[in-house]
Order: sequence, then structure tokens, then C-alpha cells
Amino acid sequence: MSAGTTKLDVTVADVVPVNDLVTRFHFRPTAGGLLPTFSGGAHVVVEMREAGRPPRLNPYSLMSSPLDTSEYTISVRRDDVGRGGSLFMHRNVRPGDRMVVSYPVNLFSLDLRAKKHLMIAGGIGITPFVAQTAQLAAEGGNFELHYACRTASLFTYGDLLQERYGKRIHLYHDDRGEKIMLDRLLTSQPLGTHLYVCGPAPMINWVVGRAAELGWPSENVHFEHFSAPQPGLPFDATLAVSGKTIHVGEQQSLLEAIEAAGVDPPYLCRGGVCGQCETNVISYDGKFLHNDHWLSEEEHRSGCKIMPCVSRFEGKSLVLER
Amino acid sequence: MPIEPTIKSRPIYGTLSPQKGTEHLLIADAEGAQAILDLAKSAPEGFFAAAEIVYIPRASGEGHVAALKALKPARFYDGPSIAAALPRLRQTFATAHMGLRVYLAGTEGLIGQAMLAATEAGIDYSSIQTEHRGSLARRVQCVHCKGVTEDVTTQPVTCAHCGLTLFVRDHYSRRLAAFQGVCINAEDRSEQVPVEEVFP
Repeated sequence: MSAGTTKLDVTVADVVPVNDLVTRFHFRPTAGGLLPTFSGGAHVVVEMREAGRPPRLNPYSLMSSPLDTSEYTISVRRDDVGRGGSLFMHRNVRPGDRMVVSYPVNLFSLDLRAKKHLMIAGGIGITPFVAQTAQLAAEGGNFELHYACRTASLFTYGDLLQERYGKRIHLYHDDRGEKIMLDRLLTSQPLGTHLYVCGPAPMINWVVGRAAELGWPSENVHFEHFSAPQPGLPFDATLAVSGKTIHVGEQQSLLEAIEAAGVDPPYLCRGGVCGQCETNVISYDGKFLHNDHWLSEEEHRSGCKIMPCVSRFEGKSLVLER
Repeated sequence: MPIEPTIKSRPIYGTLSPQKGTEHLLIADAEGAQAILDLAKSAPEGFFAAAEIVYIPRASGEGHVAALKALKPARFYDGPSIAAALPRLRQTFATAHMGLRVYLAGTEGLIGQAMLAATEAGIDYSSIQTEHRGSLARRVQCVHCKGVTEDVTTQPVTCAHCGLTLFVRDHYSRRLAAFQGVCINAEDRSEQVPVEEVFP
């Protein structure tokens, strides 16, 4: 069993539709008492078990206040073209259901040495910031959040955050042509500011790229890139160490297929960023579909490594050191 | 003489190179001026127009002042000592914005004390460019009386505050910007330990 994969038995305490795309889930410990402490930016891996198919395990940021561990809450954006994890959460999960989630793991934590925290969110990327702002507000921390979304009706927690933190929250509606004036924002921050970005990949790349260009040291720039594994064509793989051949279904990740075969590789994030499940490739004939943010471009090209949590394969044969 | 890594806390230094940034603060003492002049060879157009140079010539650097001024930095300050320059540095940091890059060159005492002011202002030490030039003299804190002795070149050294004979360790404190000095003859204070010039 790998670090961080310790499981928690929880019961769904509430299911709250937030808007057309987003639903919030509240989990309480089935055995009563308090859940483990976490810090703002942490995620849990939610196990989705459905009869007749292998379990799906997706990471979701915790958005409840780290000061209150009587429950964990996550917000799930419905992804109609994904592999069905979010649809399962939206359609099948009801109050009273028992579920299993991992211990919280934080790969997007605040740097508490910062003189100021500048947060930039896009869409459902707001969730870790809901927890982080709660944590900072309680400590009297200095923060400012800039949050962009397509339309007012999809501005998940925009109102709530403005109500809580007033002028520290800046909302930008894409459909009204409102844009984050990024260069002005980045050049007007006091020394010692740390920057945090969570949102769609193009937004992260834009913000991280401008920050580097404008002289922000990488030590001050934090981003959370991970997303749930994407579906793809089915493929087969051979696990050389355990002597097994596995089939990876269309809606299954390679990591889930390895686990379904009874092999237990380490993992933490299941989103391609933490590096725990890095797996050596012994041989292959075909093409890798690398979706992680862990391996270098060189490693991607080398064909020697794969991150089975998010990456896939198309071709004749794939032999892994597992 | 290159500084070799010994224990983990012992700082090691690199070579200054121009970084992307909106402003540049270059701080040097004595032979550190040469590191700035070398950086200037690869600096992009407009680099020094957005730069401030803070220079402490000490005994050996007066000859570099003209060369540094010739780089035409937006601001140039030369001061009599590191101690005299520090309040000015703290003021600069207090009003600076993200995009300011910091470059430190010269003695370890200068690099360490300027870095301390920078980190107190919220700059991560690993994002600061450093280059050691010139004397290997160390800033040493006596772990017994906590007094700091500047420009230590010998091993052992007599604490300028309490008079103990101190062994100068490689153990370095970023918080104090000083190496640690520990009494070398604590068992028998009458023991005389030969003094050698090891940090010329």
C-alpha cells in the first residue's frame, strides 16, 4: 500500500446542485467524529463503484474550510465527454450513500512565508481557492483572488466568495468581454507575493508564461494542472514483473486496469502531477498518449516511462515494469 | 579560490547571469564589481536602464567605481560599509514590486547580509543570483556570547566580544548570515591552539 492511499469510509451527508454544471457533495465520516486535518489546496481521491464495471478513482479538490473537519466537501463539474466519473457523481450519488475517499494529499499548498497571496482561477479551478481563502482569512492572511468564468450563471461560488471577502474577490465574465489585465496585475504586486493558478490548461500556461517573462521567480509561482483521466481507445499491456496481461477499457485508466489485475502501484494524485505512479516501459510498438505534467518532454519522447494514471497507449504491444 | 561544498548548510555560489525581470538590483563589494562587469557582457539591451547598483568598494574596489558607473545604471550608490548600505537596501525592498531581480557578488559577508535583507522582504533565497569574488573572509557568530565577528580570516579566531578562542565551522546560518564559531579549547582554556590564516 502506498503513502497517501489510506482510505476513509464516509457517508454522503448532502448533495447540493450549485448550477447547471456543478454539484457539491458533503462527506461525513461513517463512524462519526472528525475527518483528518488538511490544508487549503488538498485533494482527495474519490472511489466510484458501480455494479458491473471496474471502479473509477478521480481526484477532487477539497473546498470546505480546513478549520472544520466535521465534513469534507467537493464540487464536481459535469463532464459530458469524459469517462463518466463526473456523470456518475451527478446521477448516482445520493445523500446517505456510503463511499470511500483517500486521505487528503496537498500538491497545491500555500507558501505561508508569502507577504501576499495572489490567486487566479478559471472555471471549476476555483475549488481549491475556496478552501485556501477560508484558511488565510482565519489567519488574517493577505490575499486577492481573480476569478474568470464564462457566464454569470456558471460563476460557481462567485457570489459566496464576494459575500465573504468583498473587494478581495475580482470576477471576470467572459461573455461580457471582461478580461484579467494580467501584466498590470503581475507588475503591481509587492515583493514577496506568491502566485497561485488553477484552471484550464491554456489559462495556466498563459499566467505562468507571463509571470516568468515579467521576472517572477519560479519559486513564487504555483499551479495545479491536474484533471481527471481522459477516456480513449482500449489497449492491452503486459506487466512483466507480475507476469500478467491486462486490457485497458475505453473508460478506464491504465492505472485502474493495473489495479484491477491485483497489482498495487504507488499513487497519490491520480492526475499526472505527483510522480508517484511513474512506471518504466520495457518495450513497446506503437504510440504513447502522454497526458501528465510530471515527466519531461525528453522523457515523453524517450518511450522509457509512462504515468499510468492519466496517460494512454495506441499500438501493437506495450510491456511495463510492474 | 573556488568554494567547495562541504556540509549542507555551507552556501555555495554560482555565476551571475541576467534574468528576466522588470527591475534589477545588483549589490556587490570589493572584487564583486568584476562579476557585475562580466554579467554586463551578456546583458540584454536596456538591462542597466532598469538597474540599480549598490557598491561597497572596501579596501580594494575604488578602481572599479568608474567602470560600474560606465554601465549607466538607473541608480548608482557607493557606500562606506555593508552596515551603512543595509538600511537603504531594506527601504528599497520594502517598496519594490514583483519583477525585481536580485544579484549579489563579492565577499560572503556581503552576499549573506544582503541575502538576509532580501529574504526578510519575501524573496526566496534560491531565486537570488550569487557569485563569490575576492576574499574568503567569513562573518562568524560566537555560539557562546552570540556576538558577531566580521572579516574573519584565521582558524581559530578570537571572539571580538567575549574573547573565547573559536573554531570556525562550515555550519552556516542564513537567519544570522554568519558561520558558527565554537570554543576550541573548552576542556582546557590554557591550551594554545596555533592560529593559521585559512580564509585569505
